[in-house]
Amino acid sequence: MRPSFINIGERTNVTGSARFKKLVIEGNYSAALDVARQQVEAGAAIIDVNMDEGLLDSVVAMRTYLNLLAAEPDIARVPVMIDSSKWEVIETGLKCVQGKAIVNSISMKEGEDKFRAEAVKCLRYGAAVVVMAFDEVGQADTAQRKIEICTRAYNILVNEVGFPAEDIIFDPNIFAVATGIEEHDNYAVDFIEAVKVIKATLPYARISGGVSNVSFSFRGNEPVRRAIHSVFLYYAINAGMDMGIVNAGDLPVYDDIDPELRQAVEDVILNRKQRHNVSNTEWLVDLAPKYKGEKGQVEAKTLAWREGTVAERLKHALVNGITEFIDADTEEARLAAARPLHVIEGPLMAGMNVVGDLFGAGKMFLPQVVKSARVMKQSVAYLMPFMEEEKQQHVAGGGTYQAAGKILMATVKGDVHDIGKNIVGVVLQCNNYEVIDLGVMVPADRILAEAKEHKVDMIGLSGLITPSLDEMVFVAREMQRTGFDIPLLIGGATTSKTHTAVKIEPGYSNDQVVYVLDASRAVGVVSQLLSETDKPKFVADTKADYVKVRDAYGKGDNKPRSDLAEARERKFVIDFAAETPVAPSFLGVRTFSPYDLNDLAEHIDWTPFFATWELAGRFPDILDDDIVGEAARGLYKDAQEMLARILTEKWFTASGVVGFWPANATEDDDIEVYGDETRTKVIAKFHTLRQQMKKPRADQSNLALSDFIAPKGTPDWIGGFAVTAGHGELEIAKKFKDAGDDYNAILATALADRLAEAFAESLHKKVRRELWGYAADEDLDIAGLIAEQYKGIRPAPGYPAQPDHTEKWTLFDLLDARARTGMELTESLAMTPPASVSGMYFAHPKAHYFGVGKIEKDQVEDYARRKGWPVDQAERWLSPILNYVPS
Amino acid sequence: MNRSERIEALYAASKERILILDGSWGVMIQRRELSEEDFRGERFADHVGQMKGNNDILCLTRPDIITDLHNQYFEAGADISETNTFSATTIAQDDYHLDAQACWDINYEGAKLARAAADEWTAKEPHKPRFAAGSIGPLNKMLSMSSDVNDPGARLVTFDQVYEAYKQQVRALYQGGVDLYLIETITDTLNCKAALKAILDLEDEEQEKLPIWISGTITDRSGRTLSGQTAEAFWNSVKHAKPFAIGFNCALGADLMRPHIAELSRVADTLVAAYPNAGLPNAMGQYDEQPHETAHELHEWAKDGIVNILGGCCGTTPDHIRHVADEVRGIKPRQVPDRPKAMRLAGLEPFELI
Repeated sequence: MRPSFINIGERTNVTGSARFKKLVIEGNYSAALDVARQQVEAGAAIIDVNMDEGLLDSVVAMRTYLNLLAAEPDIARVPVMIDSSKWEVIETGLKCVQGKAIVNSISMKEGEDKFRAEAVKCLRYGAAVVVMAFDEVGQADTAQRKIEICTRAYNILVNEVGFPAEDIIFDPNIFAVATGIEEHDNYAVDFIEAVKVIKATLPYARISGGVSNVSFSFRGNEPVRRAIHSVFLYYAINAGMDMGIVNAGDLPVYDDIDPELRQAVEDVILNRKQRHNVSNTEWLVDLAPKYKGEKGQVEAKTLAWREGTVAERLKHALVNGITEFIDADTEEARLAAARPLHVIEGPLMAGMNVVGDLFGAGKMFLPQVVKSARVMKQSVAYLMPFMEEEKQQHVAGGGTYQAAGKILMATVKGDVHDIGKNIVGVVLQCNNYEVIDLGVMVPADRILAEAKEHKVDMIGLSGLITPSLDEMVFVAREMQRTGFDIPLLIGGATTSKTHTAVKIEPGYSNDQVVYVLDASRAVGVVSQLLSETDKPKFVADTKADYVKVRDAYGKGDNKPRSDLAEARERKFVIDFAAETPVAPSFLGVRTFSPYDLNDLAEHIDWTPFFATWELAGRFPDILDDDIVGEAARGLYKDAQEMLARILTEKWFTASGVVGFWPANATEDDDIEVYGDETRTKVIAKFHTLRQQMKKPRADQSNLALSDFIAPKGTPDWIGGFAVTAGHGELEIAKKFKDAGDDYNAILATALADRLAEAFAESLHKKVRRELWGYAADEDLDIAGLIAEQYKGIRPAPGYPAQPDHTEKWTLFDLLDARARTGMELTESLAMTPPASVSGMYFAHPKAHYFGVGKIEKDQVEDYARRKGWPVDQAERWLSPILNYVPS
Repeated sequence: MNRSERIEALYAASKERILILDGSWGVMIQRRELSEEDFRGERFADHVGQMKGNNDILCLTRPDIITDLHNQYFEAGADISETNTFSATTIAQDDYHLDAQACWDINYEGAKLARAAADEWTAKEPHKPRFAAGSIGPLNKMLSMSSDVNDPGARLVTFDQVYEAYKQQVRALYQGGVDLYLIETITDTLNCKAALKAILDLEDEEQEKLPIWISGTITDRSGRTLSGQTAEAFWNSVKHAKPFAIGFNCALGADLMRPHIAELSRVADTLVAAYPNAGLPNAMGQYDEQPHETAHELHEWAKDGIVNILGGCCGTTPDHIRHVADEVRGIKPRQVPDRPKAMRLAGLEPFELI
């Protein structure tokens, strides 16, 4: 065979492969991708993808398959031939391939206009095209018709449409021979003749064809069919055929075919004069059963890797991301190993090392590595029960269990947030680390005691709210003081490399402190810290990096700043005479407990819920999304089902409190809250912080929340609220977790969070329309609410408009929130239950959200004076927003 | 000069000399230390969310700065300056909650600013006409890459959505008066193909044909685009648009980019363009490479005849561009090779049938 003949893989074609069709109809796309992989491994230079099947939505199947295929670099390296008789399916395919594909096919079957239009579209998408020898009259059968139609199509494409001749492939129709119908006997010859003429007269055009058609009458007898293909191709290629849809690697070499069979086949293909007393067809039909028994070669070739040792097979499966045989291979390796752990430490780690090396050398890419991890995870999951069993026997026998490493994890004292920590825990466990999870609100002394008791290899601290940063510094210093010498990992939403380098690392020198950006980094960091060989370099690199970070931090922010006096002069001025403050409908506090959960369920903003699950997209569009829609719908369904149970079985109780008080702003950015309308008795003071970034333009202000409240002399009011939907939350989550159902545990927590947010939103609406009533005629739908199209704001202490969490003390006291709602504040000002929201209400239409940004020492000193704190205490609470390093 | 005369002048200039593109906009805007209010201006004063960081909006809220940057780069010797519209599609601007009208205005006004600056310099120096390239940047959402590690088939946008977003941008840039389109920092070739189809369709429907410059990004030492293609596969995938120029920009400094530009230089029968970063960023995310260093490296490329257009990406300044322009002045541009006709296809890797 001429080496330049291009094999186009045919097995990813539902019309040609019963197995592929079955896999796609069943939705088993992972096995359907393996079919493509086998084709490429067997030498297909292009793969033909066809989804034309009545039982399938061909558009969806084409899109799904090609999108999945794009994530498989070992398959996606070759171009795709998008094969369909429906233009709609072809166009869908063209929208899914980044490379230059071949469209298979277009024709003049429905006239020149449609042909032209589709050719132009192929040009615009950038695809080569297969043109079938088909016109308004029908499919070309004779050589003459084939040549005529192809010539006409060529002229239209090249001369009228401007299609590059080198991107045109003709398919002059390969029809079945040896059908018993005499008119069919010359079909192969017609094809071969047409190929010769087309190649000679239509410059740069190529010839392709569906080879298996030619042997159609011998279906069921694969060896004879393969011989027919081989012989047919031998002559067609010599005539100029460039490519064909064939089962790559499936063909016997022409010279290797049994001479008797080969001659019978040649006589049929070339429509030679009959040399026996029966027709050529009958002769071959008689001969055929004799050759039926020969075994196919193709499986042996593509599955050659299955012949290797179990270690080689595991490596192959890891490198190629194949899960098909992983359980069986893992079992085989386990039986051969002294301990199940040795399978992980031996062949699996060896395979993953190869993956790592290939990745490092740029020979593997991220999607492949992710797939490898999936294989690894499945194998480890298979081994888990055996390791568990071994561990129990071992421990029962008085021994101790040796995991890859033991990591203690905790959310620090004062903080109640743990989703991120839980995710890191799962990832580490997947990688055979033993994780001791102390949960939330864990004081330093308990962290250290448990770490000692369990002899852990390192400690991981997590936290979400800013005061947790200080607690982490404290834990690190305690570790230093009490002589710990293990690594300390830092993670969580408010943590940062800068904070770790500047504040935590200087307090702990016995071993390394490492900031871990996200769950995906955790394994890399932990494995390097546990490796005797890697650790010194890793630690040295980390230290050097942190030195740089500290140096950079020390240089500070050079942006121009305003001093406090100047910033106050540029306060945000509201004309309270023009827009007079509105009095609330009542003064004092009102409790809403229990609040109707059904009402809250309707106010849920689902978009962040999906984000929690890493499904990005806006609700409700996300449900109809072509790609994530299915996953989103599944999750949404689960959430709705759980929500229904939450409502009917009353898993959670919602409690809230709202209060309004007469209030006025002072000149130094405080808000005085009065006991009654005489405004003589100050019952509390809200302190606010003012922006100090330089604002060059005249119309720009340095904002503080107090700007939104009228100064003394004009009656104004402030409101406050605290709501929770989380009573019952911890118990439910724990119940699921104890049952090993992490999915539902996280689902319940996430729903409680959403209900609390919905509570705040719903209550704010009630406040605007009734309770305060400054926007009685407001009529916004849920979408409008979520887009915050309403007037007035509800900023929360600890968030950008007022970064000082301690204002929650004032708020909770004024609202009597603890007694009225059962909510509590931890020493770090986290609210419990975790699904809680609190804040202040500002009603003025000019009030808006903003961020205070960094503040200067003059404001900190002033703020400390107003709060009645020593300056260093103010610096501690405000440490995340200081624009200087406190002494 | 009207637009077709300018395009003619662009082609003529490209045959005579190595053309110079401008440098980074990000770093120059950053240096202004603009506030949230600068970004918002009057029009977006009450807009939800943060606007700071949305450099494209400055076309509307601080046009003075944009004009000044065009002028600085033209003054430094750039032949071509890009509109400040890198992210001005409805999809990318959704992060800032900006609607289609705002996106249209950014592109339209951005094009007019670049147009005006270019015309002013052309009037001043008729021997060296200046050109405005409409910047069409990548999206934060990709068509070939999964948006979800657990679902390799997941996509956040459809081809049609990407196509529509780019179509709007292209139409506005066109009406604003750009001389050519620059589809740049391409991380996903399929997104780029949607942009190309938008341009080609608009030419069928209503617009005059403008030169297209396609600039991909090789993200790291693997030598591939983010979506996994080699340089040659990338070229095969976009050459149907018959681009005026093909090249790479961003992610790499000149030293690491060179082999990939050399590869394009070999396979592409059109102009080859490159605008690397000022080296790789240091640990603090800043670029240390000095103007004379960048210029030295690019001078080598010019001498070796592998490029037709040079410029700068992240971290480069008017000073870098001045040095590059000075260094390559008088050097002959790369000769566009004559390649044998062949069927050239691509997956992640190229396919050729001669």
